[in-house]
Amino acid sequence: MIIARVVGNVVATQKQEAHEGKKILLIQPLDLENQPMGDVIVALDAVDAGVGDRVLAVQEGFSAMTSVGHVESPIDAAVVGIVDMVEFA
Amino acid sequence: MYLGKVIGRVVSSVKDQALEGKKLLLVRRLPNGPAVVAIDAVGAGAGETVYVCRGREAAFAFKPQEVPTEASIVAIIDSIEREL
Amino acid sequence: MVLARVVGTVVATRKDPRLEGKKLLICRQVDPDGNDEKGYFIAVDTVHAGFREKVLIVQGSSARMAYGCKDTPVDAAIVGIVDQVAQD
Repeated sequence: MIIARVVGNVVATQKQEAHEGKKILLIQPLDLENQPMGDVIVALDAVDAGVGDRVLAVQEGFSAMTSVGHVESPIDAAVVGIVDMVEFA
Repeated sequence: MYLGKVIGRVVSSVKDQALEGKKLLLVRRLPNGPAVVAIDAVGAGAGETVYVCRGREAAFAFKPQEVPTEASIVAIIDSIEREL
Repeated sequence: MVLARVVGTVVATRKDPRLEGKKLLICRQVDPDGNDEKGYFIAVDTVHAGFREKVLIVQGSSARMAYGCKDTPVDAAIVGIVDQVAQD
């Protein structure tokens, strides 16, 4: 999993059936200093996250598919948690 | 998944049987990533902004058919409400 | 599998129910000598790893083979605490 910031909502009318009825989020992966790391990712939302939230995102098929309740679907990323706090040793 | 723009198409006459009849599109990863060949699963066309599913999961766009792809276009984007 | 060291924890109240009760640790990937490499993982702890410990992380779908991770949305799991790395 990685930590990311939700930076946008994606609107798409024509899409795969498995993506219907789910919020499609644009997320920016963050490094441990909260700075953007790499390009933005499109992820389906499993926890009702919104723009500005810091979230936990999975980038592995099964995890992503099952978190939004669609097995064997073309889904490779999902938001599975909202980060309350990050604590360093 | 990642954002992409359709910048072209690829024509191939000799290819895996499962790729017959599939549209092979050239997609540039946004904002300025590399161009990849993705199989279209939603009827996308030139110039459109799309998002692409990558990896093993990409093949599920065509189930029950087993298609040898690691990138599939799974949605055409109408708009993005973006902040920051 | 990769070597990493535990550098922190993540607290998330609202999350996939299958992640309830799981300890989510922030791990920075390290080389065999223990030097930090680029990138980090949020991994589920299955071996009671502690802060600063060097650990073994399994990534991708194999992470779900780790103890207690079957059918959970986990893409990285800590499956061992490293005592020693011997290099020739």
